[in-house]
Amino acid sequence: MTQLPLIKLQDVSYTYSGATKPILDKINFTLHEKQHLGLIGSNGCGKTTFFHIIMGLLKPDSGMLFFKGNEMRNAQHFKKLRQEIGLLFQDADDQLFSPTVLEDVAFGLLNLGVGPVKARQIAIQTLGDLGLAELEKRITHQLSGGEKKLVSLATILAMQPKVLLLDEPTNNLDSTTRARLIKILTELDIAYVIISHDRDFLAETSQKVLTMTQGRVTE
Amino acid sequence: MIFEGFSQGDSLLHKSDTRVKLVGAMALTLVISLCQSFFTGLAGLVVGLILLFLSRLDLNQVLIRMLVVNSFIGLLWLTLPLTYPGDMISFGSIVLSKQGIELVALITIKTNGIILFFITLLATSTVADLGHGLERLRLPTKLCLLLLFSYRYIFVVNQEYQRLVRAAKLRCFCPRTNLHTYRTYGHLFGMTLVKSWNRTERVGQAMLLRGFHGRFYTLNEQVMGKGDLIFLIIILIIVIGLVGLEFLFT
Ligand SMILES: Nc1ncnc2c1ncn2[C@@H]1O[C@H](COP(=O)(O)OP(=O)(O)O)[C@@H](O)[C@H]1O
Ligand SMILES: [Mg+2]
Repeated sequence: MTQLPLIKLQDVSYTYSGATKPILDKINFTLHEKQHLGLIGSNGCGKTTFFHIIMGLLKPDSGMLFFKGNEMRNAQHFKKLRQEIGLLFQDADDQLFSPTVLEDVAFGLLNLGVGPVKARQIAIQTLGDLGLAELEKRITHQLSGGEKKLVSLATILAMQPKVLLLDEPTNNLDSTTRARLIKILTELDIAYVIISHDRDFLAETSQKVLTMTQGRVTE
Repeated sequence: MIFEGFSQGDSLLHKSDTRVKLVGAMALTLVISLCQSFFTGLAGLVVGLILLFLSRLDLNQVLIRMLVVNSFIGLLWLTLPLTYPGDMISFGSIVLSKQGIELVALITIKTNGIILFFITLLATSTVADLGHGLERLRLPTKLCLLLLFSYRYIFVVNQEYQRLVRAAKLRCFCPRTNLHTYRTYGHLFGMTLVKSWNRTERVGQAMLLRGFHGRFYTLNEQVMGKGDLIFLIIILIIVIGLVGLEFLFT
């Protein structure tokens, strides 16, 4: 393959302040264009931390992070990266902070400088694509768990990212919503990484499942 | 908990600019809350009723809200006429104070007027729009964000607290007047605080990832139209009229 990988981590280490052992220990990882990866690992092994490192929410102690071949070093770099990588949080309540669904889906677009009329249009379109059109006017905190999850996915997809990082998306989902999520994901033609404990879910959505143990990612 | 029941509609008041409504509500409330005369109070109440008519809200719903507030005023009716010093009027064995009755009547009229202003002018906007409206009235951005986020997360914090209380109850916790109870409640409140703090961090991160840089944009860009301007002027004329009435009668 001659194409540059989308995301590349090279010997990245991270230790939480106060911890004795590094939670990520010289991790190496690559994600290619349109690749669909699964990531599995025991509770507390550092999967969420790994995603937060990629997004620049945590700063690695050592090692390098490349996005499309460019090294990400400062806040300016990560600002660009965040426009193209979307992270779905483990808890949807953290992600939905606007009063209504439509406002939340439009939030990222408005921040990127899209005008209100266009932002509304894209938001409605995104909700429609995910089959959530009827939720548009609903109050975010009154949604059910599954609806919250799908709406948070919409808030990220509305920003038209190149990569999706999904942190345990199937937690607390009933089988119908889970099936719906599988359908949505397999129809996406962007790259994504899914953290999940649900092997069946990963089998249906990922081309390859990686395992995280002792601060490393292995096949 | 369902809020914002009155915020949906297509009446004149629902469609007006939030800033106009905020300014109007503040001015009207200020005058009525400070007035001493019955006539001003009554005039305020009439203005409130006219606004209610204009807002075309469900009258039953409004009545329920009014009843809730008036039940508190009912307490005043029970106590003030009996205890307030002034000229006494006796009904058989009951002695009532004339000034006391007048005072409660004035309070009743004023309170109901003000509630009507709030219901018709403020409750006809969503909290989100009120937040944006305040921001565009040049209130500090931080305060407006505080309002918006308190509104959004009060439910989540409440849920988290209820979950902890339930967990305690399931392990046979039963509040009594003893140290164990106080300590448990201390833990419950403390834990809720810590959890809320952690959540703010995560929410902050989520916002950062979606490009937040200190300013909220709104989907409902409101432009002050001709109609809004006229509405504002009418309200201000009414306010001036009320002030005039007050000076005339005191
Ligand atoms: N802010 C923090 N400070 C210190 N330790 C933390 C912090 N956040 C997480 N950890 C610890 O790091 C470990 C990995 O956390 P996390 O990445 O969330 O794991 P996973 O998502 O794989 O379950 C956990 O043992 C957790 O206790
Ligand atoms: Mg995790």
